[in-house]
Amino acid sequence: MFYREAGQFKTSYEADQQVFPILQDKIGIGAILIIGLVVVPLTGSDFMITSIMIPFLIFSLATIGLNILTGYAGQLSLGSGAFMGVGAYACYKLTTIFPDANLVVLVLLSGFFSAAIGMVFGLPSLRIKGLYLAVTTLAAQFFLEWCFIRVPWLYNYNASGAIEVPERTGFGGIILSGPAASPLTRYFLVLGLVILITIIMKNIVRGRVGRSWMMIRDMDIAAELIGVRPLVAKLSAFAVSSYVCGVAGALMVFSWLGAAEPAAFSINLSFQILFMAILGGLGSLVGSFMGAAFIWILPVLIRFGMPAVGIDIAAETVEHTTRMIVGALIIFFLIVEPHGLVRLWQIAKEKLRVWPFPYV
Amino acid sequence: MDFLYSIFVDPFVQMVQMPDFLLQVLWEGIVGGILYALIALGFVLIFKASGVFNFAQGIMVVFAALTLVGLYEKGVPALAALVLAVGVMALLAICVERFVMRPLVNQPDIILLMATIGLTYFLVGLGEFIFGGEPKVMIANELGLPSGSVVLEPEGWGPGGSPGLISLQKIDIAATVIAAIMIVALAIFFNKTRIGRALRAVADDHQAALSVGISLNQIWAIVWFAAGVVALVTGIMWGARSDVSFALEIVALKALPVLILGGFTSIPGAIVGGLIIGVGEKIGEIYWGPLVGGGIESWLAYGIALVFLIFRPQGLFGEKIIERV
Repeated sequence: MFYREAGQFKTSYEADQQVFPILQDKIGIGAILIIGLVVVPLTGSDFMITSIMIPFLIFSLATIGLNILTGYAGQLSLGSGAFMGVGAYACYKLTTIFPDANLVVLVLLSGFFSAAIGMVFGLPSLRIKGLYLAVTTLAAQFFLEWCFIRVPWLYNYNASGAIEVPERTGFGGIILSGPAASPLTRYFLVLGLVILITIIMKNIVRGRVGRSWMMIRDMDIAAELIGVRPLVAKLSAFAVSSYVCGVAGALMVFSWLGAAEPAAFSINLSFQILFMAILGGLGSLVGSFMGAAFIWILPVLIRFGMPAVGIDIAAETVEHTTRMIVGALIIFFLIVEPHGLVRLWQIAKEKLRVWPFPYV
Repeated sequence: MDFLYSIFVDPFVQMVQMPDFLLQVLWEGIVGGILYALIALGFVLIFKASGVFNFAQGIMVVFAALTLVGLYEKGVPALAALVLAVGVMALLAICVERFVMRPLVNQPDIILLMATIGLTYFLVGLGEFIFGGEPKVMIANELGLPSGSVVLEPEGWGPGGSPGLISLQKIDIAATVIAAIMIVALAIFFNKTRIGRALRAVADDHQAALSVGISLNQIWAIVWFAAGVVALVTGIMWGARSDVSFALEIVALKALPVLILGGFTSIPGAIVGGLIIGVGEKIGEIYWGPLVGGGIESWLAYGIALVFLIFRPQGLFGEKIIERV
């Protein structure tokens, strides 16, 4: 109907290689950006911004990280939570060592630490595959979690054992983190980084590196025969994925939670990210956003929506029913559409394209 | 030099000086390993018959134990509660087969794995919804399980030739015996009965099994029920050692390295793997743990599995992986 590319001809290679070659897509992404950059900050309440939008964006980023590894390179990982933790702790140490540096630079730098650790734990992937590899990433998860608890240097010998975000400024004295930072500043910081990293990732996955990842995913032996080096492809996937997860982890502590205990980066976080990646659709960046929105926003809706429509239940019960509903919905979605929400979106687009003739 | 000494020499000196303590540690490790093996056994049962990696096995253990204790607290006599809990596991198996497995036939492994993780979420929510989130005490005495401990004092096993001291919890001995009985029973069930043979046929080749008239749906319900019963027994044993709580879910993840060691399809593998992991992590924790500040039990099992995997990517008892383009 509205979504039809008829009449839009590509006359140059440049036009053919655009990320959004269709006019309607450009309008759509523009509208989403305007909503994110203008409408939400203007109309959203503090609650909406701090409890829904910021975590949603951070989880989207982490899901993109996992999607690079699991969706594009086909290496199942259950350790993304720990890699987020590495980013958070690295950022915390960096802010301690360089108190005057711009926070954004430190957040981006902290990703490199988690990338390095990710590569170390990615080494077994050269020999071990599939579910067996999942166990080695579990080793990373539990080992790193143990480090967060047992290495006091990481949390500056705090009595509480938790990391608390100090006040840090940047861009000419704007307070970017700590209790005094306004929700809007934190929102724009997170949104800016998410947009930046998404653009970079989109261009990586559609370039040579991304294609070599997908070849490894689809059949690693065949890819090796064609000339993709598994060592380079797998380790680069681990590095890029852990980098993105690390940045997401640093943002999670510095822009959202404000303080974090090691338990914040437990196996449950890894699972949550994995759910988001699979429900959204493996091997799709849009899917990462959809999955994060679904898993994060649905429970919030249930929590606040049920009392609103007159069903008054105890907070505890809400927690439990939310779990049940999320669990049931995961199974439901897997049955209805195993390729994730993004597949539903693609089907809708196809239908629009041929409307009103369903069988073209 | 001191550091190397404390890693490579000191622990062994300690072991030789206090053999009674070493035996105690070994025993603890074996008991822990048997419980890991029981959880892994549930995984293997389902993986063999349907190729599904059942992530929900851990929560099934908690759920079964919670059902048992919850029913008892509602005033049902202990043995009746046990029977009812078995009934609940049967119901769960039928529901899982009907609403999760059947619609997902022929999907890739990762989708089935995800579905069982979804099932985990659902069961956690359901368990908390019905029974509440607080830890509960297992009704070990009411079920006729022994309590207390047996103390052995072998001559000359203690430090400096003094009499040693080894204390064995009776419940642990009972757990070992029951686990052994259950494994033998499962082996007989698999090898001698009609349904057991059908299960093995399904494990070998789904389509061939279908073509000789074996109902896949029925087999899957049965195998999930068998895993549920194994989960119930595991839950009782584990609950008797510590409380019944959702923390057990994390412990159940330890079954993964066990499976890796044993191979996903081998029942003897699950048992041997469980013992290696159980003993390995206990000895590591007691003798080497203090060097790095303790608590290494949480990841040592995965580390051991990782080292084994690097040398044998298919596990100790797994079949050789042959890959073709």
